[in-house]
Amino acid sequence: MLEPETAGPSSATARPSAEAESASRQVLTFVLGGETYGVDILRVQEIRGWSAVTKIPRAPQHVLGVLNLRGAIVPIVDLRTRLDLERVEYTAVTVIIVLSIVSGTARRDFGVVVDGVSDVVDVKSSEVRPPPEIGSSAATSYIRGLVTIAERMVVLLDIDRLIGAELSGLEASADRAAERAAAAPYG
Amino acid sequence: MSLDLTQFHDAFFQESFEALDAMEAALLTLDVTAPDPEIIHTIFRAAHSIKGGSATFGFSDIASFTHSLETLLDEVRSQRLTVSAAIPDLLLKSIDVIRDMLRAVQGKPPVELQRIADLQLDLELAIAHKSAAPAASQPPEQSARPAHGAAPMRWQISFRPYPQFFARGNDPLRMLRELAALGQLDVRTDVSQLPTLAELDPQACHLAWSMELTGETTEEAIRDVFDWAVGECDLDIRCPEGVSSSSGPSAAPPPITSVAEPKRTDGAVPAAEPPHTLERTRGEAPSLGGFGDSGSIRVSVEKIDELMNAVGELVITQAMLSQLGCNLDGPAAEPLRSGLGQLERNMRELQESVMRVRMLPISFVFSRFPRMVRDLAQRLEKQVVLRVTGEHTELDKTVLEKIGDPLVHLVRNSIDHGIERPAARVAAGKPAAGTIHLDACHRGGNIAVEVSDDGAGLDRDRILAKARERGLVGASDTLTDEQALELIFLPGFSTADQTTDISGRGVGMDVVRRNIKELGGKIEVSTARGRGSRFVITLPLTLAIVDGQSVAVGRETYIVPLTSIVESLQLKAGSVNRLSGQSEVFTFRGHYLPVIRLHQLFGVEPRVRELHEGLVVVVEGEGERVGLFVDDLLGQQQVVIKSLDANYGHVAGVSGATILGDGSVALILDLPGLIRMTRLRAAA
Repeated sequence: MLEPETAGPSSATARPSAEAESASRQVLTFVLGGETYGVDILRVQEIRGWSAVTKIPRAPQHVLGVLNLRGAIVPIVDLRTRLDLERVEYTAVTVIIVLSIVSGTARRDFGVVVDGVSDVVDVKSSEVRPPPEIGSSAATSYIRGLVTIAERMVVLLDIDRLIGAELSGLEASADRAAERAAAAPYG
Repeated sequence: MSLDLTQFHDAFFQESFEALDAMEAALLTLDVTAPDPEIIHTIFRAAHSIKGGSATFGFSDIASFTHSLETLLDEVRSQRLTVSAAIPDLLLKSIDVIRDMLRAVQGKPPVELQRIADLQLDLELAIAHKSAAPAASQPPEQSARPAHGAAPMRWQISFRPYPQFFARGNDPLRMLRELAALGQLDVRTDVSQLPTLAELDPQACHLAWSMELTGETTEEAIRDVFDWAVGECDLDIRCPEGVSSSSGPSAAPPPITSVAEPKRTDGAVPAAEPPHTLERTRGEAPSLGGFGDSGSIRVSVEKIDELMNAVGELVITQAMLSQLGCNLDGPAAEPLRSGLGQLERNMRELQESVMRVRMLPISFVFSRFPRMVRDLAQRLEKQVVLRVTGEHTELDKTVLEKIGDPLVHLVRNSIDHGIERPAARVAAGKPAAGTIHLDACHRGGNIAVEVSDDGAGLDRDRILAKARERGLVGASDTLTDEQALELIFLPGFSTADQTTDISGRGVGMDVVRRNIKELGGKIEVSTARGRGSRFVITLPLTLAIVDGQSVAVGRETYIVPLTSIVESLQLKAGSVNRLSGQSEVFTFRGHYLPVIRLHQLFGVEPRVRELHEGLVVVVEGEGERVGLFVDDLLGQQQVVIKSLDANYGHVAGVSGATILGDGSVALILDLPGLIRMTRLRAAA
């Protein structure tokens, strides 16, 4: 049987993760450096306050460290560093959003540090605009699209591209870092 | 009203199996030349309690059999019967039979009545003959077994190995060859189960054989061929003429048909169910299922992990409450604080118990070896002493389950090929009895399980010659000793000149290695010609709990596995020398050891930079000692190893992470890894 080209809303509810044209999905929005970003709510495991992390030796710069999440060791990513934004001091309102990436049968959880969580909104796929073609495509590859909500632009992030590739490639990058560390004399 | 006894069956089985285990253990320690009356008493008491229990519950055949056993033991106990070498064998066999009978009652595969009757007869004969050589010298006319030297008979053998047959190191071809030696063998191979090429699992056995053997042989001899395959195949041996099967003492002559304990497959029981079996009360004890033999329940590891995580959260909450309680004032503050103190203590206990749930001592695996070694040594006419140490080393259950088969293989190899025959050993100036040593310990943050023997050792030249013969190594290649030993792990490699049914060193060594690799471990072999060989299995600690020493560097806490710590010391100012500018060394017990500054390696801001202000932990790894420079030592504690790989990835110098009492994460240092890293740095 062939899949119909345009999936109706019913099939979209049946397959909530599928990319359906006119489907509406819920997005968790958060603030980072004055801009609003959104991630698919189905990827959100939990939201928690900032607490001190344990550093990982020679981790990539945007990986702050690891945290105990009910017994699981979860890496925490500084989204500001990742998105090349200015770093700020973490305060009591700094929030960690725990997200998950699924590749195959394996699920990886990780937390991202954001300035604050805003809202959960419904976003219709038809309202999502592609990001404008400016700068290198690498800088915008992790943007799934732009959408306007209450006259504010919300950047929808593709977390698999933003973090997924990095985390799965972490071993390699950590090894490279190890080599660099090994080569560079410490003082 | 009659009491429903079935509710006590569970307890009865449990106690009986324990009693049997106790009997077996006691028997194996029994010295035939000077039997310890205490051991005889132990065995007697165990037999007596099984007899009493089975009579109470109406398992009359068990009671009757145990009665014979008890009578024999009573004769031994009262010294009316001298213990000969045959007695322990007879008793061990009896234990096996009782165990099978009990299982049959539990709804497991039935026992052949013939086997029970034979053995009971042996027991009674032993009692009747008292002194002399009891069981062995029974007159043949009374034997229930087919008489030796009978006219040629046609045996029909159906042999259907289970798919995992090869994984246990079994080789059907060898078995067929051995059968062919017993007489004229006509073999038909059943390829009906063979899947298509695309679906074919080359590691699995898909073939079955039906054979016709004509010759002057006994069922026992045929059965011996399949000795190692018991439980790994469906085996059906019958003699259609039926002339050979003499009548058993208790039942009408049944065709000698048996089921080779079809443990795993349902419905794999051959169509011809033995007509006279102990099969009954299948529905009587349904609650027993497969387990309950050991007085334990089976819980999935996932549930335990959930429990462990929940307890972890509780500990954090409790720590938070304690903190709040400390800052509290007022009349209620003091009782609250003492309550919180109580809570903290209970919490620690709870956490420790939950951690322990996952861990089992390796004795669960080791305990099968005394019997195995004994039986095997006897069969091969060798004298082997098994020495077991470190059996209390705790191992994660999942590892424990998977380490059994590889160990069995290694031990079999050692007995079959390692240990020489007594005469050869004496000629070589060694004691007649060979020693196999099983050892387990935590080592360098790993668990090391060792199988060593003082036998002939691996013959490097023969391994090489064999490898050349098979084209695995070019004729002109020269190999180091290590490379040569590596060859035994190649698939299908065997140096055994004649294949035996027990092992051909090399057959299955590749499987052994693969099983261990699957656990993230490794196996190493070392050998000395004529002095023995040693296999060391190293398993990672990712699944284990480790005793750790917490150390502080800056604001970070790291865990150093206690087993790799040699000593912690404070260096005096000026006691450190510099080698070629960068590397620092200090003297420790007459050796110069390099200093690894953990803060440099891990890029952490330390509190102290001068070596004499902090502490140096002397650690061992990769066979080397180094001094690890840290700010301070914190407490010692047992920690659960959590994987960093699950959500993050591998980190050089770190073997895992753990969650501390306050809920924060601490990294566990991988010292061999750290030492490699510093070498890399030094080389750069």
